[in-house]
Amino acid sequence: MKRKVITFTRIVRTGITNFVRNASLAVAAIAVMVVTLTIVLFSLVTSATMNHTIAQIADKINISIYLNDSVTTQQSNNLLAQLQKLPEVKSVSYISKDRALAEYKAENSNNKDLLTAINETGNPLPASIQIDPVDPSKIDQVQKILTEPSTTQLENPQAGTSYSGDRKAAINQIAHAISVLKEVGVLAVVVFALVSMLIIFNTIQMAIFNRRDEIQIMRLLGASTWFIRGPFVVESVVYGIVSALISIALIDLVFVVASSALQASSLGLLDINYANNYFYGNFVLLLTLQLALGIVIGAVSSFIATRRYLKFRLK
Amino acid sequence: MILLDRVTKTYNKDLGAALDRISLHVEPNEFVIIVGQSGAGKTTLMRLLTREERPSSGKIIVGGIDYDKLKDKDIPLLRRKIGVVFQDFKLLPQKTVYENVAFALEIVGIGRREIQNTVPKVLEIVNLKGKEKHMPLELSGGERQRVAIARAIARQPKILIADEPTGNLDPKHAWDVIRVLEKINRYGTTVMLTTHNQEIVNKLKRRVVTLKSGKVASDRANAGYEV
Repeated sequence: MKRKVITFTRIVRTGITNFVRNASLAVAAIAVMVVTLTIVLFSLVTSATMNHTIAQIADKINISIYLNDSVTTQQSNNLLAQLQKLPEVKSVSYISKDRALAEYKAENSNNKDLLTAINETGNPLPASIQIDPVDPSKIDQVQKILTEPSTTQLENPQAGTSYSGDRKAAINQIAHAISVLKEVGVLAVVVFALVSMLIIFNTIQMAIFNRRDEIQIMRLLGASTWFIRGPFVVESVVYGIVSALISIALIDLVFVVASSALQASSLGLLDINYANNYFYGNFVLLLTLQLALGIVIGAVSSFIATRRYLKFRLK
Repeated sequence: MILLDRVTKTYNKDLGAALDRISLHVEPNEFVIIVGQSGAGKTTLMRLLTREERPSSGKIIVGGIDYDKLKDKDIPLLRRKIGVVFQDFKLLPQKTVYENVAFALEIVGIGRREIQNTVPKVLEIVNLKGKEKHMPLELSGGERQRVAIARAIARQPKILIADEPTGNLDPKHAWDVIRVLEKINRYGTTVMLTTHNQEIVNKLKRRVVTLKSGKVASDRANAGYEV
């Protein structure tokens, strides 16, 4: 037991000493790891921000059913309850004729002529039921209810539902684009993560290739597998930790510079404010993720890279 | 201590055997010199003893370990029992002189205090006191070879195998190394030395085994050099 503790502390100490002594190699390996980890982190934040923007757009997509003036409260409540039960519906709200008018007036408060015209004609606006779907691309059941004769007979013959014609096509297109964008975001993060793992693995493998003689000498002196491999794993893990810290500091710097220099709240689809909030809101999680990624890739790469030089190849 | 029974090693059938039915018995505390021209099989013999290679046929027993029964995972245990000095030193370039010697002890899990006691002592035996903090590249060939010897003897092995330890050294440094080997032998270690340095062989007056084309050509006590 005591011997194991001695050996373990020796492995850790040797690994750290090697890290310090191999400074030039360490700098190269860390530079590569920093770049790749930063790309992964950046794609993660970007994809989260895109998802947020997409969710905002998706939130604005709703379907309104304009009701006939003759529809009773009983009838509209029935339809409301029927829609509420659907799992694909987030919320349903009833907008009465009076509320529709009030909202219309509020929206057009600058247009005096329109307001007087409206006041003179009484209330021409229909009452409506507004449906917020959970996911605008999944509204089959809502659509089914909307096309049932029991529903269509309640609809205002002039207005009908907002989910028809050009608007229907637009909603469907946006819904499709949203699901594609989400998939692309996930795919990008996964691809970047995989590519960076390969690059880091290669870098560590090259570093160990440079020192294969050392491994073979230790082998000849009778060192056990873990006594040789341990320090290499520790060294690579230190690479991972240092790289993760530098990479997160880099991204942090980017946000500090972006918020002060750019003065813009968004770049196209990229809502910088949200990205900023997301980054600092999930700082501990992202830091842990980066560290875990650095440590795991470092450990696994050095484990695999040392394996071939540790084998006893007796001829 | 070392027993070889009709050991044959063939690398390539067309080229014939590198070692051809070699039988050799070395007693404890003996000092044996293996001589022979390049290609006679000296290095192959050493590599078989350190289990870097497997014999094509024949039996090897060193320090009570029967190589036929040795599993790959137990090779480190065997190597810890034998001290080996290589012609090309094989020092760890990233470690200081002190750390190189200490490494041999760390492998076996020896405590720090004992290492701090032992390393200066062995460095004194090989006359390298004061060079503890040097890196191998800062030392001369002879000094490097003596570090390698210090490393090999630090664990006080019963057997020391030295493959052409003087091969890369000038005569003065070569003799420094040989003197150290003699000293270790006096302390009770079995030494097996390969060399083709005629002068050293003639002056040492020890048992000399001559290899020729993979066979034992002669095996005589208190002998001189003849190939």
